[in-house]
Amino acid sequence: MAEIRIEHLQKAFGDFIAVRDSTFTVRNGEFFCLLGPSGCGKTTTLRMIAGLELPTSGRILLGDEDVTFKRASQRDIAFVFQLFALYPHMNVRANMAYPLRSQGMLRKDAQTRVEEAARILRIEHLLDRPVSGLSSGDRQRVALGRAIVREPLAFLLDEPLGAMDAEFRDVMCGELRALHDRLQATTVYVTHDQLEAMAMADTIALMNHGVVEQLGTPQDIYDRPVSLFVADFIGSPPMSFLPFRGRVAPGDRTVRVDSVDIALPEVHEGSADAELVLGVRPEHIELSDDSPLRAEVVDAEYMGTTQIVTLNTVTGASMKARIPAHICVRPGESTGIKFRPGQLSLFDKASGRALRTALHDGGAHG
Amino acid sequence: MAELVMTGVTKRFGATVAVADLTLTVGDGEFLVLLGPTGAGKTTTLRVVAGLERPDAGRVLLGGRDVTREPPAARDTTFVFQQYSLYPHLTVYDNLAFPLRSPAHREPEERIRARVGEIARLLHIEDKLANRATELSGGQMQRVAIGRALVRRPSIYLMDEPLSSLDAKLRAEFRVELKRIQREVGATILYVTHDQTEAMTMATHIGVLDQGRLVQIGSPRAIYADPINTYVATRLGSPAINLVPRRLYPDIEAPAGATTIGVRTEHVRIRRSTNGSAVGRVKWIEHLGDQNHLHVTIADTDVVTLCDRDAGVVVGDAVDVELTAPLFFAANGERVRAG
Repeated sequence: MAEIRIEHLQKAFGDFIAVRDSTFTVRNGEFFCLLGPSGCGKTTTLRMIAGLELPTSGRILLGDEDVTFKRASQRDIAFVFQLFALYPHMNVRANMAYPLRSQGMLRKDAQTRVEEAARILRIEHLLDRPVSGLSSGDRQRVALGRAIVREPLAFLLDEPLGAMDAEFRDVMCGELRALHDRLQATTVYVTHDQLEAMAMADTIALMNHGVVEQLGTPQDIYDRPVSLFVADFIGSPPMSFLPFRGRVAPGDRTVRVDSVDIALPEVHEGSADAELVLGVRPEHIELSDDSPLRAEVVDAEYMGTTQIVTLNTVTGASMKARIPAHICVRPGESTGIKFRPGQLSLFDKASGRALRTALHDGGAHG
Repeated sequence: MAELVMTGVTKRFGATVAVADLTLTVGDGEFLVLLGPTGAGKTTTLRVVAGLERPDAGRVLLGGRDVTREPPAARDTTFVFQQYSLYPHLTVYDNLAFPLRSPAHREPEERIRARVGEIARLLHIEDKLANRATELSGGQMQRVAIGRALVRRPSIYLMDEPLSSLDAKLRAEFRVELKRIQREVGATILYVTHDQTEAMTMATHIGVLDQGRLVQIGSPRAIYADPINTYVATRLGSPAINLVPRRLYPDIEAPAGATTIGVRTEHVRIRRSTNGSAVGRVKWIEHLGDQNHLHVTIADTDVVTLCDRDAGVVVGDAVDVELTAPLFFAANGERVRAG
């Protein structure tokens, strides 16, 4: 296993810059997610690491070796695609052994590796079955098996769960992460699904328009989004936004929205008089009749454990609160809303950038 | 709008029974969601109501009228499919007006204009009426597809996973929107899906299907809190209900015949063990941002629970696992109740 270093990586297709000056390191043994909407450059980045695309500029290091311009076959990397391409005329065992046999490994040694991989993936009972009758989950396990047998320096996975329905995806997420914990293999995983990334990754690189917009642990990105884009992309439902006009100065501990003072982590970076946005995660909104900040209940969605309440504030913002399911709320009702002060984010609307607060400079608790 | 009553409906395809003796009422103005995995008979049920399949047994009544033998066009139902199929060469306006111009339901152009305008307002696509269908985003296309169903005022709307082709974010928006529209129009809707979130959040009543059979029907809250077997219990709730062998908790008072204890994540209490009386060990903590899922191993059983981010529990910790509000199930999966 090895570390992957990406340095100032850039890729242009004609005038279109797909990946712009990307720099990040995937640590040895890490589960690393490249996350972002379609067209953000995540797959292009992965393909450059694999050697399926050549960068316009920048460097890629695998372990200590510069592989930037090496052929895919000369990089000790295994690639798993979204559409698991298995050989339909071969059984599971032959499919898994294929990469080893084609490298000239002896049949006996290849079989040992295949059986070892099958054991790890818990598909030993499928080894002599044809691949045509397999469920999509088992096919994906075989595709993973074919990557594992090679014992590569790193695994690259391109939306391997994209073709599965939601319920099964949850199961596979758990399985993939457990597999990673057993193998301790350096893994780069591409997805557009923030839930997959949050559930599995050690580190997420969230990309937008070819740029890594934020790099961090899932919790860090969730708690301290650097931009409106990140705040809106992560979370289900995503962060709610309360726009207002105002000015903040370092040291401020409140902002004034519609003549109501709202407490927030101490502001460390001031702004001119501008359009600002207060960002609140749904679980940090509380319905409280005595709060002066008023909103109308638009809808309450029962989820079993919790419910998601859609609110329209008197200032015209749409917000979503996650509250316990037993609290009774009805559409059309007026209610007061309160925020947990320690976890609020503040953004400059024009640039989309988060203004620094105590939340960023040494974690606050609310 | 009208009431739909199905009694004893059975539909076979060769040796396969797709729908088995289904009896079901969708009240006027009700939003009934049939929930089940692929092959449970959801779509076949819709097709029987629409008249696209003829049942082998049973009756279908719409607004009190027996329509079992009637052709689809005579039934006054509207179908919304999973894949939105709009006419690409027509504008949004003409796509919406299309059903009202069909020979079976021909209406004067003035009435059509008023109706299309009304529906476009409801769906927030008034400014898109002059656009060609191909110039719309996925979400707008699906809105037009639903709008095309809404321009007519049929007895019942039949919807077959209409949100499944949308991405997660749009789907979440649409759930709220569809419910609002249903409320405002007072529509009767029979909606099928495999997505429990759609069922839980939109339905006035959920019917849970298993291999063509209606296993349980009730309000989302009733079904979630009071499932009649483990199949229903595991279909609703995320993370899924924990099923723990009864023998792991000999001290819990259980009715006779109970072999499994079902407990929802919100009813599992975890405490760091301080006196060495631990029953479980923390195997893995899943950080999902808003909540942490704590995976605890008790003997050879895994239990998942929500845990506060500040609880200070780490992987490897020995913990006490208390089950509150337990449900009891027999070996065959059926619920057993005390008394």
